[in-house]
Amino acid sequence: MVTTTHATATATATAPAAAATMADGDLSEDDRVGLARFLELIESDSRVEPTDWMPAAYRKTLVRQISQHGHSEIIGMQPEGNWITRAPSLKRKAILMAKVQDEAGHGLYLYSAAQTLGTDRDTMFEQLITGAAKYSSIFNYLTPTWADMGSIGWLVDGAAICNQVPLCRASYGPYARAMVRICKEESFHQRQGFEILLSLMNGTDAQAKMAQESVNRWYAPALMMFGPPDDESPNSKQSMEWNIKRFSNDELRQRFVDMLVPQAEILGITLPDPDLSFDEETGHWRFGELDWSEFYDVLKGNGQANSVRVAKRRAAHENGAWVREAARAYADKQAAAAATAAEAATLAQNEMVAA
Amino acid sequence: MPSPGDSGAREQWPLWEVFVRSSRGLSHVHAGSLHAPDETMAVRNARDLYTRRNEGVSVWVVRASDITASDPDAKGAFFESPQGKDFRHAIYYTKSEGVAHL
Ligand SMILES: [Fe+2]
Ligand SMILES: [Fe+2]
Repeated sequence: MVTTTHATATATATAPAAAATMADGDLSEDDRVGLARFLELIESDSRVEPTDWMPAAYRKTLVRQISQHGHSEIIGMQPEGNWITRAPSLKRKAILMAKVQDEAGHGLYLYSAAQTLGTDRDTMFEQLITGAAKYSSIFNYLTPTWADMGSIGWLVDGAAICNQVPLCRASYGPYARAMVRICKEESFHQRQGFEILLSLMNGTDAQAKMAQESVNRWYAPALMMFGPPDDESPNSKQSMEWNIKRFSNDELRQRFVDMLVPQAEILGITLPDPDLSFDEETGHWRFGELDWSEFYDVLKGNGQANSVRVAKRRAAHENGAWVREAARAYADKQAAAAATAAEAATLAQNEMVAA
Repeated sequence: MPSPGDSGAREQWPLWEVFVRSSRGLSHVHAGSLHAPDETMAVRNARDLYTRRNEGVSVWVVRASDITASDPDAKGAFFESPQGKDFRHAIYYTKSEGVAHL
């Protein structure tokens, strides 16, 4: 559901384009040809496909971003999964299950895309449950009330869509194609969240209060999903040069706020930012400073649910081990039986021919 | 070479490529890939993963390792033959312009 490039969070991505790090003499003839072709593809805003030559840093950046994105979808099932059994009606339960199932699907599309770059899914699973891989910090917040299902859909999926629509044009083909599929599915996520909040706002005073309090909690973290401000996001520039990222973190954040304000009005919800004001000159909504210390703190592992999320994922993975093994063993057994049967059939046929 | 992403026997479950026919009369088109222990489960997983919204009336799955692809490095040479053969396209023939039904 979510992606931020969390550029500053991972120190590994400081490598600029491969071209710049490698002295020309270090390049083999094949690399030189490959690099020229790669730069040509980027220059002409074409797509890079899995079997194309690509700079090691481009590959590494993509694997990190796509797997982080995939992990976010997978971990992102937990805050909402938390409410499936307690959804207020059968209809809401069915909707929530469909949404959570979509997020599982998104995770799988993304793992497949990353796998085309040479990092297989089993490895990525491992990296997630050992804590070696990052996922979006937004999922380290708890969901204490039903209204949080509304806020997640409206704000978290909303921010994700804002981020993901431009990624449908990312330069790496399999990633862009996965994003197209994901974006098609996301639109219902945001709308169902909006409707949950609208129902609550039109309900009792207590329900409206629950909705407002939930939005108060999710608003700022959702804005931070776009990643740190541009001047603190050193890797964004390289990602934009490679046509992976099309807009900067701050540009996307601004776009999101501009969309939210009129929607909040329809909901009758107050966005929790006293500095929010319309700038006649630019036509944009100005918003207050975000508390980035909180963002970095959650990133460091001190969020409400960091350890719970990973522990739960690990338990699910480990408790499912016997299923994966059994399915594999059954498949092997079936294949062996089929091979024996085929062999017997061939033997019988040969005997008939001989007779 | 197999399709990109195939990890050989490194993973617990093999990788499958999924092709979906969106409606009768159309070809199966590559939708993506997935992991499954065998072909039966691959078809079921493909249904759950790629056709949750009526995207298909039929799915094919193929083991990624069973796919044979053209050599990516031989791109130029391998696909060169149509170059300079414009006469394979109808627009090459201009004399018939204006003639009805041609
Ligand atoms: Fe979503
Ligand atoms: Fe998603």
